[in-house]
Amino acid sequence: MSDTTQQPMLSADGRPLKQSLARALRRQKIRALLLIAPLLLFVVVTFIIPILSMLFRSVENEIVSNTLPHTVVALQEWDGTTNQAPDEEVYRHLYFDLFRAVESKEHTKLGSRLNYEQTGLSSLFRTSGRSLDDLGEEYQDPLEEIDPRFKEGAFWYEMLNGEGGEELLESRRELWRMGVGESMAGDIGFVPSAQMAEMLPWTTRAYTDFAIWTVIDDEDVVAEEDPWEAVYAGLAQDLQNPETITAISNYSGPGAEALQAAANNVDKLPEVNFREGFAKIKEDWASPEVWSTIQVFSANYTPGYFLNAVDLELTPDGVQAKPENQQIYMQLFMRTLWMALVITGACIVLGYPVAWLLANLPMRVANTLMILVLLPFWTSLLVRTSAWKVLLQQQGVINDILVWLGFVGDADRLILMNNATGTIVAMTHILLPFMILPLYSVMKTIPPSYLRAAKSLGATNWTAFWRIYFPQSVPGIGAGSILVFILAIGYYITPEIVGGTSGIFISNRIAYHISSSLNWGLAAALGSILLVVVLVLYWAYDKIVGIDNVKLGG
Amino acid sequence: MKLITKFIKPMAAATAIASLSTMAMADGHMVSDMTIVSWGGAYQDSQIKAYAEPYMEMNDGVSITWDESSAEAVAKMRAMNEAGNVTWDLVDVTAASAIRLCDEGLAMEVDHDEMLAEAPDGTSASDDFGDLIVSDCFIPQIVYSTTVGYRTDLVPEGTPAPSDICDLFDLATYPGMRALEKRPLNNMEWALLCDGVAKEDVYDVLATPEGQEQALAKLDTIRDNVIWWSAGADTPQLLADGEVFMGSTYNGRLFSAIVEQDQPIGMLWDAQVFDLDGWVIPADLPEERLARVKDFVKFATDTQRLADQAKYISYGPARESSAPLVSKHAELGIDMAPHMPTDPNNAKNTFLYNYEFWADYRDDIDAKFQSWLAQ
Repeated sequence: MSDTTQQPMLSADGRPLKQSLARALRRQKIRALLLIAPLLLFVVVTFIIPILSMLFRSVENEIVSNTLPHTVVALQEWDGTTNQAPDEEVYRHLYFDLFRAVESKEHTKLGSRLNYEQTGLSSLFRTSGRSLDDLGEEYQDPLEEIDPRFKEGAFWYEMLNGEGGEELLESRRELWRMGVGESMAGDIGFVPSAQMAEMLPWTTRAYTDFAIWTVIDDEDVVAEEDPWEAVYAGLAQDLQNPETITAISNYSGPGAEALQAAANNVDKLPEVNFREGFAKIKEDWASPEVWSTIQVFSANYTPGYFLNAVDLELTPDGVQAKPENQQIYMQLFMRTLWMALVITGACIVLGYPVAWLLANLPMRVANTLMILVLLPFWTSLLVRTSAWKVLLQQQGVINDILVWLGFVGDADRLILMNNATGTIVAMTHILLPFMILPLYSVMKTIPPSYLRAAKSLGATNWTAFWRIYFPQSVPGIGAGSILVFILAIGYYITPEIVGGTSGIFISNRIAYHISSSLNWGLAAALGSILLVVVLVLYWAYDKIVGIDNVKLGG
Repeated sequence: MKLITKFIKPMAAATAIASLSTMAMADGHMVSDMTIVSWGGAYQDSQIKAYAEPYMEMNDGVSITWDESSAEAVAKMRAMNEAGNVTWDLVDVTAASAIRLCDEGLAMEVDHDEMLAEAPDGTSASDDFGDLIVSDCFIPQIVYSTTVGYRTDLVPEGTPAPSDICDLFDLATYPGMRALEKRPLNNMEWALLCDGVAKEDVYDVLATPEGQEQALAKLDTIRDNVIWWSAGADTPQLLADGEVFMGSTYNGRLFSAIVEQDQPIGMLWDAQVFDLDGWVIPADLPEERLARVKDFVKFATDTQRLADQAKYISYGPARESSAPLVSKHAELGIDMAPHMPTDPNNAKNTFLYNYEFWADYRDDIDAKFQSWLAQ
C-alpha cells in the first residue's frame, strides 16, 4: 500500500489506474447524458423556455418605445412636475410616429397597454387613430390648390427619389421593423434623394415611411400611389422654416416649380401646430397626466407590473402604494398561502389514519380501500367539484339532512360554500390522495415488529406509536405535505366554482388577467411571485426538516 | 415579389384545374373544412341548425368542426397569433371582445357591404345592420340582453311579482338571495340607476371616482345576500335549485328555463342591458381558407338565416330586415317575437352596453370592484 503514493498503480494496458478509471467514468457519464439528452431537450424546449419567456413578459415593455420612438426620445427632456403639457416638438414627433402606428394598426395595442396604467388611454389612441388623417388634410387641400401637381403620386416620387439617401432609408426601415416586428427587408424601388432630405427633412422622412410600407406591406408600386396625409403635413412643417424657403428658391431639380409655388404661398397654409391639432382631436392630449404616463412607461423594461402585483404603483413621483380601494393582491397572496396551509393540515389529519389502515389491514381489504381512495383520484376534477356544489349548497344534501335531523332550522341553513369553507372542504377532498399515497408507501416499509417490540418492552399503545411509529412515517408526511401544498397554492378551478368571493386564490386573478383582461404582463408578474414564494418555502423546508427526509416511495 | 406571384399564379391555376378534374369540386380555391368557434350549448345548436346544416347541404363535402372556446377566444387568439399557427377560421364573440381583437390586430377588418349579402329589398348590409356594426372587424349576428329572473313561487304572499330592476336591491319587500355576475359590468349601472341617477347620466357618473364609490355603496346594501356567478348557466341553475330568489343572466337562458323547461321562474325586461354577439375572422388567414369563410359568412348572415336562428333561441336577429321574418319556435310552435329582447313591448326601458366606456374603464373599475368584493 505504501508504494501507491510513489508509484501510480497501472491498469492492464499500462496506463495509470486513476486515469483509466476516470476515463471509464467519463465515458459512462457521457453515455448517461446522451441517454437522457432527448428528455432534457424536450423539457428545455417545451417547458423551461416557454415558462421563462412568459415570465419575461413581467418586465418587458418595449411596445411604447417601439411604437413612438421619436416621441419617447423628445419626451425625455420634458419635466412632468411643471404641470405643463410638453412643447410642440414632442407633438410633432407624436404625429409622425402615430401616423406610422396607425397605418400598421399598432396604435390600439399601445392604447390597451397604457390603459392598464391610466384609464382612458385605450379610447384616446383608438379615436386619435381615426382622426389623424383629418389633421394632415388641413395641409393637403390648400397645397393641392396651390399646385395641382401635388395630387399626383408620380410627381412626389419623381421629386423625392434620387440618390445618397440610403442611410435614411435604412434608418426608417429600422423604425418600421421595431414598430411592426417584421423584417421589412427588400428592394422598394425608391431611394430618398440626399438633397431633398436636407432641404425638406420632414417631407422626405414621411415619404420614405410611406414608400417602405406601400411596397413591403401593401405590395404596391410607390410611384403609382398617392402619398399619405403625413407627407403633406411634413411639407407644411418644412415650409415653416425660413431657411427652407430660401433653399427652395435656389432649387432647380424635379418638382422645383410646384415647391416654389408652395413656398411663395405659405400664407395660404394654416399654421402648423400639432399641439393644437391633437388637443382638437381629443383634449386629453393637452393633459400633462397622459404625458407623464407615457414618460414613466417609456423604458424598455419596467418594474411596473411587479409593483402592481404587490399593490404598489409607479408614478412620476416614484413608487407609491395604490389607493386602498384598489388593493387586492397582497391580501390574495396571504389568503392563498394561509388556506393552502390549512388544506395541507386537514389532509394530514384525514389522510394519516387512512394510510395507516391501508398499510396494516389484510391485503384483500386494503386493496378495496385503495380503490376507494383512487377512484375519486381518477374522476375529473370538475365533476368532483360540481358534486361538492350539490352537497354544500344551501338547498343541498348536507343542509337538507341537518334540517331533517332538526340540527338547524329551515330558515337558517348553514352557508357551506361560496366562501372559504367551501374551498377548504372541496380542495381537501380533491388533494387527499396526494397525501395518502406517499404516506402509504412509507408506512408500508415500517416493519410491524418494531411496534410489537416496543410494546413487549412495556410501552403503552400511545408511546409505541408516538416514539416508534410516527417518527418513521415523517418522511411520508413531508412528501405528502409538499405535494399537497404546492398543488393547492396554484389551484384555481375549485376556488372559482365553490369559493365565492372570500374563498378565491391568487391563481383566479392570474387566470382573469390571462384570459379576460389580457394583461399578460401583470399575470406573469403574479406568477413569478408565486413561483418565488414556493421556491423560498421549499428552501425553508429543506433547512428545517431536510429534503433528504422526504420519501415519495418505499 | 411581383415576379414570384406572376410565376405562382399560373401554377396555382394549373393545380386547381387538376384538382377540379380529379375531385370534381366546384370551388377549387376554397378549402373544404372549417373550424368555427362558438359558445356551446343551446346557442351553438341554434347556429348549427340555422346556418351550418343548410350550408353543408348546399355545399357537398364541406365539413365544419365546432370548438366551444368563445369564452376564452381573445386570449387563445392572441396565443395562436404569437405562436404563428391560427387554427380557427371563424370565431363567435361578443362585441366587446371583437373590439378588443380588432385593437390588438388579431381580427381581420372587413368591408361589410362587400362581404355580406344585401337585404331582400336591396338595402346594403351596412345599412341593414346599422349601428350594430360597432367595430370594423365585427359582423353582428344577434342582440341579446342581460336581465333578471326570479322564482315565482318564492314571491312573498300579498306582494306583486317584481317588475322593476330596483326590486333587486329591495331586500325588505323581496327577501332572499340574489345572483349577480362577478364583474362590474351591468351591476354598476343598475346600482346607480337604483340610487337615483338618471339613466342618461349613468355613464357620466360612473366615470368619476365618486360615482364608482356610489355604485359600490349601493351594492354594499345587498352584498351579504349575493352569490356571484361567472358562467351564464349558473343563475338558471341557482334559480332552479331555489338557492337564490332573483338573479341576473342572459335572456335566452331564462327563456329556456321558463318556456322550454317550464320552471317556476319569471323574468323582468326592465333595464335590460343590450349586448351584441357576432363573428370575427382571425387576421392573416391563408387565401383558400379565407375564401371558404367568406362564402360561409355571406350565407350565414343573410336576412333569412338570421331570422331562422330565432326559431331555436330567443335572441334578436341583428339585421333590421330579419325582424319581420321571425317565426315560431321550432319544437314548441310558440310565437318567438314576444320573447325577443328587441320586441317593442320588452324594450321599453333598455340600456345599450357602452363599449367605448367599458374599453376605457374596465381595468380601473374592475380593480376597484374586485377589491371591494374581497373585503
